[in-house]
Amino acid sequence: MNIHEYQAKALLRSYGAPVSDGRVVLRAEEAKTAAGELDGPVWVVKAQIHAGGRGKGTFKEEGAGEAGGVRITKSVSEAAEEAKKMLGRTLVTKQTGEAGKQVGRIYIEEGAAIAKEFYLALLVDRVTSRVSFVASTEGGMDIEEVAEKTPEKILSLSVDPATGYQPFHGRRIAFMLELEGAAVKQCVKLMGTLYKMFLEKDMEMLEINPLILTEGGELKCLDAKMGFDSNAVYRHADIAELRDTTEEDPKELEASKYDLNYIALDGEIGCMVNGAGLAMATMDIIKLYGAEPANFLDVGGGATKDKVTEAFKIITSDPQVKGILVNIFGGIMRCDVIAEGVVAAVKEVGLKVPLVVRLEGTNVEKGKEIINNSDVDVIAADDLKDGAQKIVKAVKG
Amino acid sequence: MAILVNEDTRLLVQGMTGRAGTFYTDQAMRYGTTCVAGVRPGRGGTSHLGLPVFHTCAEAVKETQASASLVTVPAPKAADAMIEAIEAELGVVVCITERVPQHDMRRVKDALKGSDTVLIGPNSQGILTPGTCKIGVMPTVDAKPGHIGIASRSASLTSEVLASCSAANLGQSTTVGVGGDVLHGIGFVGCLEQFRDDPDTKAVVLIGEMGGREEELAAEYLSSVDYGKPVVGLVVGRHAPVGRRMGHAGTLSVFGNLSADEKISLLRDAGVVIAKDAGDVVRTVQSCLS
Repeated sequence: MNIHEYQAKALLRSYGAPVSDGRVVLRAEEAKTAAGELDGPVWVVKAQIHAGGRGKGTFKEEGAGEAGGVRITKSVSEAAEEAKKMLGRTLVTKQTGEAGKQVGRIYIEEGAAIAKEFYLALLVDRVTSRVSFVASTEGGMDIEEVAEKTPEKILSLSVDPATGYQPFHGRRIAFMLELEGAAVKQCVKLMGTLYKMFLEKDMEMLEINPLILTEGGELKCLDAKMGFDSNAVYRHADIAELRDTTEEDPKELEASKYDLNYIALDGEIGCMVNGAGLAMATMDIIKLYGAEPANFLDVGGGATKDKVTEAFKIITSDPQVKGILVNIFGGIMRCDVIAEGVVAAVKEVGLKVPLVVRLEGTNVEKGKEIINNSDVDVIAADDLKDGAQKIVKAVKG
Repeated sequence: MAILVNEDTRLLVQGMTGRAGTFYTDQAMRYGTTCVAGVRPGRGGTSHLGLPVFHTCAEAVKETQASASLVTVPAPKAADAMIEAIEAELGVVVCITERVPQHDMRRVKDALKGSDTVLIGPNSQGILTPGTCKIGVMPTVDAKPGHIGIASRSASLTSEVLASCSAANLGQSTTVGVGGDVLHGIGFVGCLEQFRDDPDTKAVVLIGEMGGREEELAAEYLSSVDYGKPVVGLVVGRHAPVGRRMGHAGTLSVFGNLSADEKISLLRDAGVVIAKDAGDVVRTVQSCLS
């Protein structure tokens, strides 16, 4: 689960980590008051969306102006003006895809005088199962790019869970970032704070990019991105409250209500599969035969008829879908349940596109019988390959 | 022969009196697995499914000489149960529970250090030695004793591949689900090491996916040894979007992770024969063995 920058900064502030003062604005008319509560001489106006690359992004609407999603202003009225321009408008960044994201919240923050910019992240290392720090002198950059071009500028270190965070961890980072004097001490303290937060709040990822050294010689978190383990949010009511469902794809949100793993994609072939691995294999094979999947959908092992019906309705609600492939290898999942769910969904919402069904495994005969006895127009397939070929042919001709 | 579990395996089930525990214990017994005990704190001294129930793993091990555990307890308590099983020195611990918090798994991984326990999972379908021992939730109708070892990150793809193998008369020595989570017990390398030492395994199938480093580590391992048996690889998620979780938490690519295509080329360089899709695995195995 991801949260907004302003929420992440509030959490940082509550732990005593250095962030600038700022105000969040949900309605244009609040902007002036909010900016007025902050000291200048610079006000930074930042669009709040769950995607990176905001500064270099562009707005779809002309009224938003030509600048990106992060704007430097020199007065309260200018800050309010820029906030108004961005609110409700659509920001496109390299992480949002072409559709972009509507900006529903603006964060206005006091500007900081930047002497140096760094990169800092905490994550769980999969190989060592330890919490790792990743630090780089190349702040404000895409870390993947830095890793590729100048790997020597990245320091990665992990913390032994038995000892926990030790000051030397922070010192290693500080000296790698070429900090001096009081900033070294501040770095040691800040890293300890971040480590503590990371554990206490069940984070998967914490990225400060950039972490800056101000002209006054102090460290400050200029941006903040936090990802929480969705399997652990149940024990953090404060974090659960930060979820912003307007940031989620409406179809994905609907699917999550029924405990379905659904991810919207750009293609034309809707897929319904049991199991995440088989669902990915189905997407791959559709692509192999020359078409694009419209979604990833794993109905899971213990799906009921109603769940299958909802899944089918979500797929057909996507106007891009020109054909549907149901690929079931029933193990725990029974083919007759899938068949009943599909037939019920078609009865309810109709079927305007070709439907290929491949059923195999537990209760397969019963499942085929249910489909054959219904008046649903189904193209039957023998195996995964056959199913993919048939649906691609039905859609592409 | 097989790896990790066989006819001598004595299974205890943690959370046996629950719905899932009852169902999968019953299934395991019907399949022929030797089940010896259940563990349910507070219900010690009772019996369930004809088996004695104990308060703790340590007691159950002492009284029944259990050698393996199946953890069926819900996610919030799963790490506690796994650590208890590790401390009770069970040889194999299988956790089928989904959605175990990552930071809880860090503690479990720490408990594994210095212990001889092999953890399978969590979020795994378990381990199956066809005809002999089933510990997990996988379907068994298509499984057939034989000489193909399967290690997989996906339960559904294991079913698909296993059925097509059996249909082509390629039985299995053992199938292991390493689990779909970011942090898990045994990985591909551990499975490969086990299969290498098993004289009954003639070829190994690795079923991988996007995200994580399992395939990369397997490639490193295979490059460093003379493996002596053909290894066939299938890696799915080649066309899945990067930066998203495709059902399994472990599919999320983070900083430093390779794409499915990059994994495929590393495995190929390490001598793994790549199956181009799920339907192609049997043909690939056959050509390796002929």
